[in-house]
Amino acid sequence: MAEPPVIRVQGLSTKFGSQVIHHGLDLEVRRGEIFCVVGGAGSGKSVLMRTIIGLIRPAAGKVEIFGEDRAGNDDSGRQRLEMRWGVLFQDGALFSSLTVAENVQVPLKEHTDLAPELIQEIVSLKIAMVGLPPDACTKYPSELSGGMRKRAGLARALALDPEILFLDEPTAGLDPIGAAGFDSLIMSLRQTLGLTVFMVTHDLDSLHAISDRIAVLVDKAVVIGTIDTLSRESHAWIHDYFHGPRARAAAPR
Amino acid sequence: MRTASGWFKTEREGERLRVIAGGSWETGALAELDGGLRRLAGEPVRIAAIDLSAVDSMDTAGAWVLYRTRRDLRARGVAAEFEGVDRSFADLLARVEEGDVEQTLVRDRLHPVIALIAHIGEVSLAAFHECASLLSFLGVTVITLGRSIVRPRRIRFTSLVSHIEQVGLTAIPIVGLLSFLIGVVIAYQGAEQLRQFGAQVFTVNLLGNSMLREMAILMTAIVVAGRSGSAFTAQIGTMQVNEEVDAMRTMGLDPIEVLVLPRVLALVIALPLLTVLADLTGLAGGALATVLVVDISLAQFMERLNNAVPLAAFWVGIVKAPVFGFLIAMVGCREGLMVVGSAESVGRHTTKSVVLSIFLVIVADALFSIFFLYIGV
Repeated sequence: MAEPPVIRVQGLSTKFGSQVIHHGLDLEVRRGEIFCVVGGAGSGKSVLMRTIIGLIRPAAGKVEIFGEDRAGNDDSGRQRLEMRWGVLFQDGALFSSLTVAENVQVPLKEHTDLAPELIQEIVSLKIAMVGLPPDACTKYPSELSGGMRKRAGLARALALDPEILFLDEPTAGLDPIGAAGFDSLIMSLRQTLGLTVFMVTHDLDSLHAISDRIAVLVDKAVVIGTIDTLSRESHAWIHDYFHGPRARAAAPR
Repeated sequence: MRTASGWFKTEREGERLRVIAGGSWETGALAELDGGLRRLAGEPVRIAAIDLSAVDSMDTAGAWVLYRTRRDLRARGVAAEFEGVDRSFADLLARVEEGDVEQTLVRDRLHPVIALIAHIGEVSLAAFHECASLLSFLGVTVITLGRSIVRPRRIRFTSLVSHIEQVGLTAIPIVGLLSFLIGVVIAYQGAEQLRQFGAQVFTVNLLGNSMLREMAILMTAIVVAGRSGSAFTAQIGTMQVNEEVDAMRTMGLDPIEVLVLPRVLALVIALPLLTVLADLTGLAGGALATVLVVDISLAQFMERLNNAVPLAAFWVGIVKAPVFGFLIAMVGCREGLMVVGSAESVGRHTTKSVVLSIFLVIVADALFSIFFLYIGV
C-alpha cells in the first residue's frame, strides 16, 4: 500500500520583498525517513523549514502535513497539527526564565490533562532519554553549554511524542563526539519511536551517518536523492558539495 | 491514524493478576489510565502478567506508565512480566527502562521560616556586595579618568562627542518640555496657596528658588537616568552578551577606557548644560503661569526674580549636575558590564540600572541639601 507522504510541498514559492527565495519547489517526505536539507549559505534552508511549520507564509504553493493543507486549517486544526510535531531550533530556543525541567513541562501542561505526578515522571524520562545528566533539570538555559541546550530543546520537542521532528542544524556548534552522539540519538529515537525527521544540516558526517534522502537547495529549487545519486549529479554546486575535500574526508571508506 | 483510545482490564485468580491492555497507549489517552494503573500496582498479589498483545500503538509516555506499573509491582516482590510484546514496543520499553533514573526536577525547598531568614540574609549580603562593587567600580573609573586626564590623547573624542549628542542634544525637547510644565505647575499651585495669606507676589520667590535649587536638576537627572542610563546598560549589556567586551579585552583594549569613560564624561558635560536649559524653560513656564494667575506683568516678574532669588540658588543647582551625571553614567555602565549570558539578563540589568541610578541621585541630592544647609548657602 502506497502510504501518503507525511509532508508534501507543491509549487512552493517564498519571497522577501522582491527577493525570491524559492520558486516552484516540490518535495515529499515519507513516513519514518530521515530527510536532510542542505544548501549554501543563504539558499533558504531554514526558510524552507520555517515555511513548512507555518512561521512564514509562502507567496504561492501548498504545504500539506499528514495530508492536511496548513493554510486551510482553522486554529484548532492547526493546534492539533502542532501537537503532532516537535521543532528543535538552532540554539534550542529554550524559555530563558524557566528551568530545563519546566521547559519540557510546558507542552505537557498546555496540551494534555495528565496528573502533575505523571507529567513529572514523563519530563524526567525525556530528559534522561536525550542524555542529559540528572542535575541539568533544575538549571536555567543560561547555565548550560550549547550542546546541553540542544539536548534540552530536543527533550522539549519530544515532550508530546511527536510523529515528525523538525531539526534546524542540530549538530552545528557541537564537538565531533557530541555531534556523533546527537546523530546516534536521533537514529535510535527514529527506530524506537518511529519518528519522521526533517533536518536542516551542514554536517557532512551527519549526512553520511543518518540521512535516508537529501534535498539540495540550488537555484531556488531542490534536487532530491540519496547520497549516492547526488554524488553523480553534474550540477556544479552539488558536485563540489559532495566531492570537496571535506566531503571526501567524511565519506565512509 | 488514531485508533481507539487505550484501555485495560484486569482478571484475578487468587494470587495471580492478569492485566490485558489494548488500544492506543499515547500521551493524550493517559489521563484516564494513569490513576487506575497506580491503584493496580498496589494489588495484593504474588504473580502478575501484563498482556500487551492487543495494544495497537504506544508512545514513550504510554510505555512509561506500563513500565512503571511493572516496576512498582516488582518493587513489592510481585513476579510481574509483560506478555505478547510486539518487537517495536519491546525496544520502546527497553528505552524507557534506560531512562528511569532518579532526577531532581525541582530545586530543594527549605522550610518557609528558614527560607525567609535565608532570604533576608542573602539580600543583606547582596546589598553589601553591591555597595562594595559599586565603590570599587567608582575607584576604577576615577583611576582611569585620572590617567586619561594626564594623557588626554587617550580620551576617545569621537565617541565622546557622539555620546554627548545622544544624551544631551537629543534630550533637549523632552527635558525642556517637562521642566516648562513643572514650572507652570509650581507657579500655579504656589499662587493658589499664597493667595490665602495675601502673599501671592511671593510666588516668584517660591518658583525661582525651588526651580533653580532642586526641581530643574532633579527632573533632568531623572529623565536622563531613564533615557540614557538605561541606554548605556542596554548597549554595553548587548555587547557583553555578544562577547564583544571579551573580544575587546583580548585585543588589549580596556573596556573602562573605551566604553565607560566616554559615556561618563558625556553625561558629566551634558547634564549641567541640560540643567541650564531646564532652569530657563522652568522659569519661562513659571513666568507664564504667574503672569496669568497673579496680577503682575512680565517686567515686574523679572524684577522680582532678580531681587528675590540669589545667584547662589542657580549655582547650587548646577554644581550638583556633574555629580549626578557621573552617578547615572557609572551605574548604567556598571550594570551593562554585569550582564551575563542571555538577553533576559540585559532586561533585568537595565531595569536595575534605572532604579539604582534614580535612587542614588535622590540620596546624593539629600546629602547636598544637608551640606548646603551646613555651609549656609
